[in-house]
Amino acid sequence: MKILVCITHVPDTTSKISFIEQNTKFDQNGVQFIIGPYDDYALARAVELKEQLGGTITALNVGTSETEPTIRKALAIGADDAIRIDAEPTDAFFVANQIAHIARTNAYDLILMGRESIDFNGGQVHGMVGALLGMPSISPVMTLDIDGNIAKISREIEGGKELLEVALPFVAGCQEPIAEWKIPNMRGIMSARSKPLVIVAPFSDLVRTTVNHFELPPAKSGIKMIDAEHIGELVDLLRNEAKVL
Amino acid sequence: MKVLVFLELDEENIRKSSLEAVSYAANFASQVTALVFGSTSLEGLNSIGIAGANKVLQVTNDRFKQPNIMAFSSAIAEVVALENAETLVLAKSSTGDSVAARVSIKLGASLVSNVTEVPDVSEGFKVKRSIYTGKAFAITELSASLKILSIRKNTVPIKTDGATPEIVIFTPQMDEADFVVKVLSSEKITGQILLPEADIVVSGGRGLKGPENWGMIEDLAKALSAATGCSKPVSDMDWRPHHEHVGQTGIKVSPSLYVAVGISGAIQHLAGVNSSKYILVINKDPEAPFFKAADYGIVGDAFDVVPKLTAAINAAKV
Repeated sequence: MKILVCITHVPDTTSKISFIEQNTKFDQNGVQFIIGPYDDYALARAVELKEQLGGTITALNVGTSETEPTIRKALAIGADDAIRIDAEPTDAFFVANQIAHIARTNAYDLILMGRESIDFNGGQVHGMVGALLGMPSISPVMTLDIDGNIAKISREIEGGKELLEVALPFVAGCQEPIAEWKIPNMRGIMSARSKPLVIVAPFSDLVRTTVNHFELPPAKSGIKMIDAEHIGELVDLLRNEAKVL
Repeated sequence: MKVLVFLELDEENIRKSSLEAVSYAANFASQVTALVFGSTSLEGLNSIGIAGANKVLQVTNDRFKQPNIMAFSSAIAEVVALENAETLVLAKSSTGDSVAARVSIKLGASLVSNVTEVPDVSEGFKVKRSIYTGKAFAITELSASLKILSIRKNTVPIKTDGATPEIVIFTPQMDEADFVVKVLSSEKITGQILLPEADIVVSGGRGLKGPENWGMIEDLAKALSAATGCSKPVSDMDWRPHHEHVGQTGIKVSPSLYVAVGISGAIQHLAGVNSSKYILVINKDPEAPFFKAADYGIVGDAFDVVPKLTAAINAAKV
């Protein structure tokens, strides 16, 4: 089983989001970067599948040299080797093109990633990679089991889930509860240092969307506290201000 | 501008977010054609016209009854060409995300997700989209001639002044390669308001102490015609199903009112709700971080406050 796990390098979920250079650039000052939480689920499930079925896991990231600590963490969690496409991940099409290019020359049985990145939340890359490779793409995947050449998958739909069956290879965008996040142990961290991390130039520089500038949402005007003994005041606010009654 | 809208169904009804997408399109298009897979009532078809579509293409062939990302994508690509559509609009959803992505590759289109406002076409084609899980926006330019916009739920009011649409039965070309993913079964709640679609959401957290106490959350939700949600610990402990988990790694909601009962307000939970128009927090801990993100707050025991609030809302409605 050859598994490719695509990971994003994104601000920690507790980060304060702000921008610099006339709102054209994300302010990295004081921000911790992590493996995207959804990608982290995909990686954890890949490690479990490898334990069950044998094989190799390759971690792939599209990013500049700044992302290497994040890639090393994926190696510490259990990827065998890693590829970094040396470029800013400018838009989903650009990233999907890079992943598809690597996949065309490496014949993976399974291409896993998160359902979306937590910075741009597009949820587009898995579908684009599937279409570029002519493979099924399935997302958001909640459970993934493999028996021989066949995968059984539960996929979340609005208000429920559906159980799917599909032959390998395919692309999956993952989310909980597919696996528990894995915390790298000392042995993993030590071995990650010597695992191969190949740096590749981007295959194409095509993009189809460009960010003009960023904006922050208007600040909340402040909370109105209501005494539990005067619940009628809240009902008035819900009716006359929030207009939901 | 000619716009095609991809619609999704809930049982036989057009999904609310899909009608929002139709109205979104009608705000800037000269001609809106809607494409729906599966059978729906005449009332359902008419609702598409009232929301702003001039024409509805209905695919009634049985092979398109269940959501099929690959077959839907091929059919949409076919219709975009047939109708000479310049823009494809759809509601962001678990199926819509994948469909939009695949169509964008098939047709070489620019795709933007989580769009919150009508496009600005004064210079190029720009849209505002929500990023960083609702914590910021990106004004994004689309460069390809065909544009695909996936609209965030609950951002566009559904129009009520449209006319009866022209209805055409459409049979797409079929490629067996698009039918390789088999749906073995699907389970879905019925007769309830779907959480991602809801205009009001009532969520409970660990402060409720156990799943047996969810009756009061459901009663308040019923009084408000709301959907019910929960925090991550609650779904992790299996008190509530995963599809009710609201937060960074769960469902993101953008309702008119979000009511949080017994939820402290961890930043990961806030990430799922910070696009709500109004937030009401009920918590016995006055230091709960959720109060800092809320519009209305009550410090008190949920077991005391929630039934009182439900009764007051029910009384106010009479």
